[in-house]
Amino acid sequence: MKTRSGFWFVAPFFALYLVFLVVPLAMGFKYSLTNKSLGGNNDGYLGLANYVELFGDPAVWNALWNTLLFTLVSTPVLALLGLGMALLTNRAMPARWLYRLAFFGPFVLPVSVVVLIWDWLYQPAFGLINDLLTRLGLGTVGWLSSDGLAMTSIIIATVWWTVGFNYLLYLAGLQDIPREMYEVSAIDGATPWQQLRRITVPMLRDTHQLVVVLQILASLKVFDQIYLLTGQGGMPGVRSIVQYIYESGFTKFRIGYASAISYVFFALIAVAALAQFKFFSRRRELR
Amino acid sequence: MERRTFLLAPAVLLAASACAPPRGVTYWNLFTGSDGSRMTEMVNSIDVQVEPVTLTWGEPYYTKLAMAAAGGRAPDLAILHLSRLTSFAGLLDPFDDAMLAANGLTADRFPSGLWSRTSNAGRTYAVPLDTHPLVLFYNTEICGKAGLLDNGRLKPLRGERDLLTAFQRAKQVTGRLGVALAGIHDVNPWRLFWTLYRQQGGDLRPGDRPLDDAKALRTLRFLREVSEQSQFTDYAAAVALFSNGAAGFYWNGEWELATFTEQGLPFDVAPFPQIYDRRGIWADSHSFVLPHQHDRDPERTRRTVEAVSALVRKSLTWSKGGHIPAYLPVANSPDYHSNYRSAADEVELDPPLWFAGTASDMQTTAGAIFGAVMSGAASPESALGDFTSAFRHLANTPRPA
Repeated sequence: MKTRSGFWFVAPFFALYLVFLVVPLAMGFKYSLTNKSLGGNNDGYLGLANYVELFGDPAVWNALWNTLLFTLVSTPVLALLGLGMALLTNRAMPARWLYRLAFFGPFVLPVSVVVLIWDWLYQPAFGLINDLLTRLGLGTVGWLSSDGLAMTSIIIATVWWTVGFNYLLYLAGLQDIPREMYEVSAIDGATPWQQLRRITVPMLRDTHQLVVVLQILASLKVFDQIYLLTGQGGMPGVRSIVQYIYESGFTKFRIGYASAISYVFFALIAVAALAQFKFFSRRRELR
Repeated sequence: MERRTFLLAPAVLLAASACAPPRGVTYWNLFTGSDGSRMTEMVNSIDVQVEPVTLTWGEPYYTKLAMAAAGGRAPDLAILHLSRLTSFAGLLDPFDDAMLAANGLTADRFPSGLWSRTSNAGRTYAVPLDTHPLVLFYNTEICGKAGLLDNGRLKPLRGERDLLTAFQRAKQVTGRLGVALAGIHDVNPWRLFWTLYRQQGGDLRPGDRPLDDAKALRTLRFLREVSEQSQFTDYAAAVALFSNGAAGFYWNGEWELATFTEQGLPFDVAPFPQIYDRRGIWADSHSFVLPHQHDRDPERTRRTVEAVSALVRKSLTWSKGGHIPAYLPVANSPDYHSNYRSAADEVELDPPLWFAGTASDMQTTAGAIFGAVMSGAASPESALGDFTSAFRHLANTPRPA
């Protein structure tokens, strides 16, 4: 009887889960084996041809590498900067609320607003940044026009936009550390640096894990700011894998091929998540 | 009100509005800005009731149109770039030729270069509204000081040297650049390439060597030389540079005409110059099409074709945005004047390949590759290699629709 009532409580969620996640997941896998197109016709069974094609498609590897690069660079920056900002505003200071608001502020903006702001800042000839550089007697920089720099520019805009979330998590974590530990250590003669290294950072262990896990997942699915900042057609040099999936399916109409890439990406994320899980659970055992 | 009725009422209303088809002809287009307001004016001035919906230009528009047609519940009427007809095969319904003829929409009333591209497998799928070619904008004050005018009009420019000299002289007057053109994140480099390449008689066809290498290299080397008289900018900045008088010339489509007119800039428009042996200018055409519907109602289709006929007859209004009316009775009427009307007979649309055409994958890819030559980031030889392999990849991709 106990189990049955439990089932009915879970049923609404389970129904949604089934309709919007499990079924599309199965359909996506089926499509990935066909030449399914947005137009609906010509969707014959292809076997593994889509998978063979994608392993030989340089655009897939390129997009995967871009996504990985974005994740590898943005994750540490976002985590460390969030921690740094949290440490700065966790001490008694005048107008502390203002700093906290300013650091968290950009996070509440929708992506379209963020992109509008940075697009104008990055304008090649008369954008705010290039204008400033010219006034200082320096040369102008093509922020979004060369592949290498475009990735940097996108990461800068992303950090400005999303660091507020990590900042908030760290700030909350810092406030959970008992004051007494600092007092006691100060009496024992600990320097502020030692306090940071021996008390603050270790006590934030759970927050670190949370921030890193959430950040890696968020960075791997990067799409909107790249799509919007690079304009129609995008830039192959900064195209992310989610963007390539979207383009394959919805602008090139190849749903089957897009599904196949999604599945490969899905497998990679599953492996990354599993590795993270193993890593953290082992550390917990060691503790 | 009882609670149940209260809850039910909106649901019933919603269901009723979803079932009843709208009274007017539903019509999707991608015209914003001043083109959008002119289209609204035209739609309001005809007798057939039309309910227009405007969507974002380019890929987002074509994605939505394709999905609506794939679901079989598309609008009655839509705008399509004629160069995209091949890629939309299977997503469109054909026109009935007899119905077109009854409404005065016959081959002899449209430029042959456009009409020949409206059919697929013997059926007519599109009715062109306009031709929109590349043109050469020039600032009359700057060009006058540079001695490039004759009686207030630009002296004819013919061949590579003529054009480069003209740009150089304009550059000496402005002190900044000779010509403004969009190169970053833009398909403009592809349009310029295709114009100049077609003027040499070059072709593009699937195979191991899709381009004629010698002609393609000549085009790219010339584009590099032109870019040295310019500055590598994106679209908005190129418009700004010409409107600020920082450039004597501006190479783009006629669709920016209204922008400069509204600013009161001293400028005029010349046809895109003939540089090589043949005449030829990249162009495209906004055309009316019938996106696929599962149950096409003959009565609604009849009204749709009437609306198309009425709209092309109003294309004098449309021409104020710079576009050349496709409907010849309007284009040949004394009310229509334009310095670049001749371009309508020299149109070079993108090749009829399923992956080509406006806002297509091939255009954006080619725009980026040839843009790199213009910025000096890539050599003509390496760009040719890049384009050849990108094109081969596209040609070998299984055709989706």
